Amino acid sequence: MRRVVFTIVIVAVVLFSIGPFMWILNTSLKSPQTIAERPPTIIPDLQTEFFAAAVDEHNFMRYVGNSAIVAGLTTLLAVLVGTLAAYPLARLRMPWRRGILSLVLAASMFPQIAIVGGVYRLLLKLGLLNTHPGLVLPYTALTLPLAIWILTSFFKEIPSDLEDSARVDGCGPLATMWRIFVPVAAPAVFTTAILVFIYAWNEFFFALLIMTDPAVQTLPVGIAKFPGEYMVPWGELAAAAVIATIPLVVLVLVLQRRIISGLTAGAVKG
Amino acid sequence: MNSERKAAYALVAPAVFIVAVFVLSPIVQAFINSLYRDTPFSPKTFIGLDNYRTLFSDSVATGTIEFTLIFVIVSTALEILIGLGLALVIHEHFKGRGLVRAAVLIPWAIPTVVAGVMWKYMLNDQYGFVNLVFYGSNVANYVAWLASEWSARMAIIGADVWKTSSFAALLILAGLQSIPEDLYEAARIDGANAVKRFFRITLPLLKPAILLALLFRMMDAFRVFALVYVMTQGAPGGSTNVLQYYGYQKMFPEQQFGYGSAVSVLVFVMIAIVATILIRTVRTRIYES
Repeated sequence: MRRVVFTIVIVAVVLFSIGPFMWILNTSLKSPQTIAERPPTIIPDLQTEFFAAAVDEHNFMRYVGNSAIVAGLTTLLAVLVGTLAAYPLARLRMPWRRGILSLVLAASMFPQIAIVGGVYRLLLKLGLLNTHPGLVLPYTALTLPLAIWILTSFFKEIPSDLEDSARVDGCGPLATMWRIFVPVAAPAVFTTAILVFIYAWNEFFFALLIMTDPAVQTLPVGIAKFPGEYMVPWGELAAAAVIATIPLVVLVLVLQRRIISGLTAGAVKG
Repeated sequence: MNSERKAAYALVAPAVFIVAVFVLSPIVQAFINSLYRDTPFSPKTFIGLDNYRTLFSDSVATGTIEFTLIFVIVSTALEILIGLGLALVIHEHFKGRGLVRAAVLIPWAIPTVVAGVMWKYMLNDQYGFVNLVFYGSNVANYVAWLASEWSARMAIIGADVWKTSSFAALLILAGLQSIPEDLYEAARIDGANAVKRFFRITLPLLKPAILLALLFRMMDAFRVFALVYVMTQGAPGGSTNVLQYYGYQKMFPEQQFGYGSAVSVLVFVMIAIVATILIRTVRTRIYES
């Protein structure tokens, strides 16, 4: 009896979590005839016309490419700069250590709306509106707090005898970081990279305002501004939504454990 | 020693520079700009706190503030409740737990824009799944959920709850994992049943994790934007407008840079209050342990 109830609960949890995605996936696999049926049919006829239309007519792969470039570059930059900063913040004696850490953390809590005006005007001045770096730079700033938070808490856990033996061997702080910490921290660096990538892949607010030229827009903007003022082309839109989501579903399925440990790293260690 | 300090500063410098240029300096500018009338049609003039006076007297603005607060309170409360439920389930040991955990993570991983599109379609008045569930083949009764005030508000809140409960669940799960198993053993020997164990052990020991999840979710809820942009654009009649969307409308499509900045400062202050509470809570936790 208990077992039956628990199984029902599990099924409910899974349906709650993936149900809406299944419905949009279902919709994307219908043909233009079945999608217009009322009441809506539950079983799709497994057509790929909408995917073909999203890719060919709406040139949707362009958005995928832009998202891949922006999210990829953001990940590289945030992880690199974040690792450099996290090492001294965790291991070296320096004045202002706590101050810098709290300032960086506070930065992650600011609302995007309070930042976007200044960022927009700065990018305008630098001629970086509607360019990939114009999005990568603010994304790096917005994800650095997360990267520094996870990496600092990880670096703190590494036993100091590793560090001491490197010192005895005559390594300076830079060499110690590079030879000892970076290899040991590889899993944490990887976790950070996944979270930053997902953030940059999904971000909408800055992308909407900085990328007004469709040629450089990322996936979320492409989907939000999907053509169709009066009639929403639901089939193509559903296919586009599925294309934007599949990489994330794969990431989550493969790296579930890492993502959970990364997200809770800050919370557990307080 | 001196060289260590120099190396430390050199390593931290790029991060501090990027954050200062792209986050801190824009915040300061927002505060300053909020004191000006700054539109393309007239010269930039200093007007003191006039923008804030408008913000608290204009009925569209106050309606927006009202719904933002409703949204923040209702959605975070629901997210914590559902997150707690999810966390309790994925904390249990059972076959296929990894897959269930991955499924729970899916709403968190899905782009918010996509979540908005999904729910808009789920609630569609012609082909929506929600109508199919409520009215079956009786298509004449299908409802345009996003067209009336309260159902549209519920839809925005519901979509956010669906999207972010899993994040709350993960923070609470981390709390659950830190409760030692022998506490439950001891309670079991004393004859406490599952309900008693939950209220006497689990819930009190989860309090810090729940508080943390609550505050994190609250701060994030103040920043809601994409769901509103995709699902309703603030309609019907501004009933689903939220501060971040309102500020965006003023600052960008309407080009009222000064007034938009005042809106953004208000969001900032609201979040800062929650953040201060959060930081205090976390600090006390460190001292306790």
